[in-house]
Amino acid sequence: MALQSLDIQARSATTTPMPGVRGTLDVAKLIDISKCIGCKACQVACMQWNDLHGEIGHNLGSYQNPQDLNDTTWTLMRFFEVEPEPNRLEWLIRKDGCMHCADPGCLASCPAPGAIVQYSNGIVDFHQENCIGCGYCITGCPFDIPRLSKTDEKVYKCTLCSDRVSVGLEPACVKTCPTGAITFGSKTDMIDHAEERVTDLKERGFAHAGLYDPAGVGGTHVMYVLQHADQPELYGLPRDPAISPLVEIWKGVTKPLAIATMALVGFASLFHYVTKGPNAVSKEIEKEEEEA
Amino acid sequence: MTNHWVDIKNADLILIMGGNAAEAHPCGFKWVTEAKAYRKARLIVVDPRFTRSAAVADYYAPIRAGSDIAFLAGLINYLLSHDKIHHDYVRSYTDFSFLVKADFGFENGIFTGYDPEKHSYDKASWGYQLGDDGFVLTDPTLQDPRCVYQLMKAHYARYTPEMVSTICGTPQDAFLKVCEMIAETSASDRVMTIMYALGWTQHSQGSQMIRTGAMVQLLLGNIGKPGGGMNALRGHSNIQGLTDLGLLSNLLPGYMTLAGEKEQDFAAYLDKRSPKPLRPGQLSYMQNYPKFFVSTMKAWFGDAATAENNWAYDWLPKLDKTHDILQVFEDMNAGKMNGYICQGFNPLASAPCKIKVSGALSKLKFMVVIDPLATETSEFWQDHGEYNDVDPTKIATEVFRLPSTCFAEEDGSLVSSSRVLQWHWKAANPPGEARADQEIIAGLFLKLRELYAKDGGAFPDPILNLTWRYKQPHFPSPEELAREFNGRALADVTDPKDATKVLVKKGEQLNGFAELRADGSTACGCWIFAGAWSEKGNLMARRDNSDPYGIGQTLDWAWAWPANRRVLYNRASCDPAGKPYDPSRMLVAWDGVNGRWGGSDIPDFKPDSNPTDGMGPFIMNPEGVARFFAVDKMADGPFPEHYEPMESPLANNPMHPDNPLARANPAARVFKGDWDSFGKPDQFPYVATTYRLTEHFHYWTKHCRSSSVIQPEQFVEIGETLAAERGIRSGDHVRVRSNRGHIVAVAVVTKRLRSLSVEGKQVHTVGIPIHWGFMGVARNGYLTNTLTPFVGDANTQTPEFKAFLVNVEKIQTIV
Repeated sequence: MALQSLDIQARSATTTPMPGVRGTLDVAKLIDISKCIGCKACQVACMQWNDLHGEIGHNLGSYQNPQDLNDTTWTLMRFFEVEPEPNRLEWLIRKDGCMHCADPGCLASCPAPGAIVQYSNGIVDFHQENCIGCGYCITGCPFDIPRLSKTDEKVYKCTLCSDRVSVGLEPACVKTCPTGAITFGSKTDMIDHAEERVTDLKERGFAHAGLYDPAGVGGTHVMYVLQHADQPELYGLPRDPAISPLVEIWKGVTKPLAIATMALVGFASLFHYVTKGPNAVSKEIEKEEEEA
Repeated sequence: MTNHWVDIKNADLILIMGGNAAEAHPCGFKWVTEAKAYRKARLIVVDPRFTRSAAVADYYAPIRAGSDIAFLAGLINYLLSHDKIHHDYVRSYTDFSFLVKADFGFENGIFTGYDPEKHSYDKASWGYQLGDDGFVLTDPTLQDPRCVYQLMKAHYARYTPEMVSTICGTPQDAFLKVCEMIAETSASDRVMTIMYALGWTQHSQGSQMIRTGAMVQLLLGNIGKPGGGMNALRGHSNIQGLTDLGLLSNLLPGYMTLAGEKEQDFAAYLDKRSPKPLRPGQLSYMQNYPKFFVSTMKAWFGDAATAENNWAYDWLPKLDKTHDILQVFEDMNAGKMNGYICQGFNPLASAPCKIKVSGALSKLKFMVVIDPLATETSEFWQDHGEYNDVDPTKIATEVFRLPSTCFAEEDGSLVSSSRVLQWHWKAANPPGEARADQEIIAGLFLKLRELYAKDGGAFPDPILNLTWRYKQPHFPSPEELAREFNGRALADVTDPKDATKVLVKKGEQLNGFAELRADGSTACGCWIFAGAWSEKGNLMARRDNSDPYGIGQTLDWAWAWPANRRVLYNRASCDPAGKPYDPSRMLVAWDGVNGRWGGSDIPDFKPDSNPTDGMGPFIMNPEGVARFFAVDKMADGPFPEHYEPMESPLANNPMHPDNPLARANPAARVFKGDWDSFGKPDQFPYVATTYRLTEHFHYWTKHCRSSSVIQPEQFVEIGETLAAERGIRSGDHVRVRSNRGHIVAVAVVTKRLRSLSVEGKQVHTVGIPIHWGFMGVARNGYLTNTLTPFVGDANTQTPEFKAFLVNVEKIQTIV
């Protein structure tokens, strides 16, 4: 929303080249699930920083509230009671939200020029003023993140506080996290920090602790330290996320075809206008409409 | 806390029991994650529920609500029988060798001196054997069967792992695993901290649960050390300040105590509270009590408090009994009170047995509620359907609501759990007609004083003589009040060793309580706060976070009582010769060259006492050492013993199956009319426990939209086994009943509430978060104190909110 256009690296439905003179740091948010106490302070900080005033809903039998992401809930604590081994209960709590993929399926699938941009620091941002509400980004997202608003028919998701980051502040959720479970910095620093955390977790008996930075989407700018990196499903995370083949077809073959079709329709209309003149409404129809 | 929040990062092992720090203290919990990340500390959680704290723990052990003493007593037995105690520490710094009176005894669950009629003890036999010199007799060989060590060993030998498992429902292997981990901290360079909160206090034997935890820490030598201690996590940002300033019915500021009605003699009152040392060479610091007391009276009554009138001692109320919250509502319910001023308190929600509280409030002529919010108490007379089913036409109580400011709308100090007084500044103006609490109280006081001056009265003296030196009498400023609790010299205060040396000039602010005098030359509103606002200025406003020793001892950040000391009993972090047990984490050490104690903390000790003098580190006790045997300080016994909660799923106490008197705490506070209100397991088979959620703060944040979005509606937690038995699925509505009423809530069915095998039978637990009511923006719900029993801890009268009995049923349709 607020980064300078100079730092845009990719833009939806745009073929003009992106500016490339400035070099910015790749940023990342690291969420260490082993340090997360599920306090939801990040959820509130997100609502408050972004002026989101959600509905006071219902409890449907879970600590998870609201039940799902929505247009006013851009991040959500998801709670999982699991037993990775018999008689060893774990309560895994994952802060869900946009992963800011290096290879963003939302951007790839978006037909509206400039509705989705990717900044050179890695943040993927929605520019709602350009959004046409088609919802293709929702299909394109391998993590089921964007949500269509019933209020304005536009799609919303975590901005990684691009407005804050652009002026040198950390995202609101990072700022508010009381246990340091969420950290923010350059992607390389976050990977280094994650390695320290993984070492600590392995030493505590989590043999498969690891970093979640899935290659299928080119890596992400929101990463997780998982106690059970071999079983991301325990946390509701896809094992090998990738952009849906449908998006590839849409972008690869269908889209030029569709554009060609649209162009053809346009040309045909023009031809019709030139040869037959403008469409006129018959007197009878006009009269009917006036009476109605 | 004996230690402080930041110090938790110095721990090697953290035991969270009787609390849920991650849930209720998420900001402070960061120091647990620091200890884990940077000291490789391990975290153990023992709780009836697999909590948010358990979610990040290295080891979790389940326990039946209300059985904590049995667990900890079993731990004591383990430590003693496996010789996993800190020998040097217990021999030098505790009462291990002290001899106990021959007539003290314990039989079938009851200590000597019990009176079943009064439900209390005569504690005459609960004492030491004294020599002719007035000192306690000891046996340093620890062989005498009457020494504390031998008595304690015998007392706790009964708590075998089998017995612990039988009572607590904790699987034996889990109990033993916890014991093994904790036992490792008996080494000098391994320290455990214990973090607890209302999960230990809100029981009919809550004080003794905490004592048992403290005894474990003493055995391991973990008191007084960095990363150690007994750490009570306070729930409200200034509840520590409330107790410090003595806002309990039987206290004066700084934990001084009000006199009883038999204590009409001033000298005897002081004498009883200024104990002579019980061992040679000991400090017994409370011998200074007269200085603290007289200075308080000078702060209150100024020139009207004189040596001739015993510093206005006669103007203080003398207690016929404690008038705690349970007693107040008992009296109100009996029609013995007709007016009630309720400031910053929501008793309809917070006091046990809502129906009794509601009935009591209905009997008042008037009630004044001073609060920033429209509380349930202030609206108790309104019909809110199922959530507050009352008939307003039948309630004559006149309610006055005086809106007050909240913490962010005023300057002032807050005392954190760390005992740190931290000044804060107003962030916003209060809305509407809201006024600061001190402005409201000043208004009430000035009007009352005017009426007493005009009309006289039965006893006008304390009102008419109270000092009121504030520049704006209707608005005492926070600065003036803070300067007042710090204290000042009313005449030049001189050095006791050299009368020509003036320590503080007349009119100056005091530097600390060492400057207080019993001759009326000093005034001090709260002796333990002396030093917070000296001539150096407002030390509570300091914000220097430099940490020269790298162990979180930021002595220039705000100000801690007492004397800016951050870790209490820190002398005990050193061996008897004055060398730190662990030099890598030094709090204090004896500096032989300069003849003084010093280090990263203010020594909790006589600063020039050479270790060879043998003064003990527990200078507030006349013994100079810490007590395993509580002598007569506790109402319900010198050694903690397991008793069942007042409402228990067991018919008898497994420790004393043949003695009905020893089923529940024999000295617990129960009013005569309340015995019938307790439920029995045949009708109410499940253990219930109430608690807080991280999303909400008591009954405040349901008035706040963000908090209500993330936790919108009342729910109860039910384990999968019980849910299956009762045909309940997550999201169903259930009715939870106790013998006192019922609530309706959404069921959260969870693996985190295990059924436990207790005395061979399956015991289920129902978890009941407390935060809902009929005011605010969150969805209306039932006040959970509709369910809780009107019974209090034997010592503190804290209600038993953590263990009682309920039944649960699914509601087919919600109308």
